[in-house]
Amino acid sequence: MRLPCPLCGDRDRREFYYQGAAVTLNRPAPEADADAWDAYLHLRDNPAGETRDLWYHEAGCGAWIMVTRNTLTHEVLGAELIEGVPA
Amino acid sequence: MGYSGFRVIREGLRRRTGWTPVWRDPAPQSEYDVVIIGGGGHGLSTAYYLAKEHGITNVAVLEKGYLGGGNVGRNTTIVRANYLLPGNSEFYSHSLKLWEGMEQDLNYNTMMSQRGVLSLVHSDGQRDAFVRRGNMMISQGDDAELLDREGVRALVPLIDFDNPRFPVYGGLLHRRGGTARHDAVAWGYARAADRRGVDLIQNCEVTGIDIEGGAVRGVQTTRGPIRAKKVAIVVAGRSSQVAAMAGMRLPIESHVLQAFVSEGLKPILDTVVSFGMGHFYISQSDKGGLVFGGDLDFYASYAGRGNLPMAEHVMEAAMTLMPAIGKARVLRSWGGIMDMSPDGSPIIDTTDTAGLFLNCGWCYGGFKAVPASGFATAHLIATGQPHAPAARFRLDRFRTGRGLLDEEGTGSQHNLH
Repeated sequence: MRLPCPLCGDRDRREFYYQGAAVTLNRPAPEADADAWDAYLHLRDNPAGETRDLWYHEAGCGAWIMVTRNTLTHEVLGAELIEGVPA
Repeated sequence: MGYSGFRVIREGLRRRTGWTPVWRDPAPQSEYDVVIIGGGGHGLSTAYYLAKEHGITNVAVLEKGYLGGGNVGRNTTIVRANYLLPGNSEFYSHSLKLWEGMEQDLNYNTMMSQRGVLSLVHSDGQRDAFVRRGNMMISQGDDAELLDREGVRALVPLIDFDNPRFPVYGGLLHRRGGTARHDAVAWGYARAADRRGVDLIQNCEVTGIDIEGGAVRGVQTTRGPIRAKKVAIVVAGRSSQVAAMAGMRLPIESHVLQAFVSEGLKPILDTVVSFGMGHFYISQSDKGGLVFGGDLDFYASYAGRGNLPMAEHVMEAAMTLMPAIGKARVLRSWGGIMDMSPDGSPIIDTTDTAGLFLNCGWCYGGFKAVPASGFATAHLIATGQPHAPAARFRLDRFRTGRGLLDEEGTGSQHNLH
C-alpha cells in the first residue's frame, strides 16, 4: 500500500506510522463525561469499506495526514493534511 | 455413530460404504431458545457446551458462509497457557485443560499434539521477565521450565545461537503447549453439537437483530426471521458490524494478521518456537510444512490479506533465527481479520440489551481460547453469570478503566496491540 502524502507525493506505507481512526481528531472537552471519553478513546465505527484514518509521515516530511481508504480492498482514495480538516 | 480405530479398519474392509455425513443440514426453525451468530470455533464450542453442560439443545448456530470458514481455519494452530496476568492466566489454564480432554470429549481426532512451546530469551532482562512469567504459570498450576542455552540447543539445534544482534541465552519451555489441527477443532465441535441436537445452519447471514423493549426477540436472516429468547454474537472479524445491528459501538478495530506456510519438508522442528524479539514464531505441521507468522500489519483492514512490508519483516525474522530454512520455498500466505480490543484481551459479557450476549476481541489469540471461550459463553448464556475463569473479560473495563488486561504492557490504546 502506498499513501499519497500531500507534501511528498505517493510514498511507501513503511514511511508512515498508523495512529488509528480519524475519530481521534474530535477530542472531547476536558470536563466531558466518561461516556464521551470512552467513545473518543475506545469505541470505533470500524467500517468494512470506506474509512478515514490518521497517519504520521514519520520517515518523510513529518506531517500528520488523514487518509481516506477502503478497508476491504486496501484502495487508497485520498489524503489531506489534518490541519485542513475541519474540527 | 462413534469414531474409533476399529471403525476405520471396518469401513476400509467394507469399501467405506458406512460413512455418513458428519452433521445434519437442517432448515432454520422459526424459533429457538438460543441463537448463536457465527459458526466458527467459538460459536460452535459455545453451542456444544450449552448442550453438554447446561442441557440447552434448542439452539441454532447461524453461519453466513460455511462452518469453520473464518479465523478458526486461518490461524497457525498454536495452543498454550503461558499468560501472566490474573484474568488471562486462569482462563487460558482452563482452556488448556479442555484441550487435553477434547478428543475424548468430542470423539474426534483434533490431532492435539503437546509438542511444547519454547519462548526464546536474548538478554538478561528478558530472562528475568520470563522467570517471572514462568513462576506465574506454575502458581496457576500450569508448567514452565527455564532452559539455558544448551537446553535450547538440545531441543532446537536449527537456531543461529550466535546471531550478533539476538544471541540466544535460553528459553522458557511450556511443555503442555503445542498445536492442534485447526479445521478439525471446528469440525469436532460442530459434529458433537449436532449430535446433541443443535441446528447448524450454514449460508445464513444475519441481517438484523430484533430488539423490543430493551430485550432481544430474535434475528433477521437471509433465510428468514428467527425468533430467539437469547442471542449471542460470536463473529470475530465482523463483530463491529453485527453489534451495530443491535445499536452498539464496540471498542474494536479490525486488523489483518498474516501467516505463511512453506513447502513440505522432512521433520526438522518438533516444537513451537516463539522469537518474541523478532515478532516471529514457527512450528512444523504434521504434513511437513513450516507454519510461521509475525505481527499485525498494523492498520485497520478487512481485506483478509496482508501487504508486503510485514511479509518481508517475517521473512527477515525467519532468516535471523533459522538461516537454514531460507532454502525452503514459501508455499502460500494468507491473512485473517483480527478483532483487536484496546488492551489486547477479549470480551465475554452481557450487553445493555437483555438476552443479548457478546463474545469478541480475541485479537490474534483466539484459537487456543476456543474451548474455554465456548465454555464461558455457554455458562454466561445459561446462568446469566460469568464463568469464574472468564469473569474479568468485561466490556465496561475500557469505559471505567478498572480491570484492564494489558498482557503486553504496552498501554490500552487501539494502535498498540
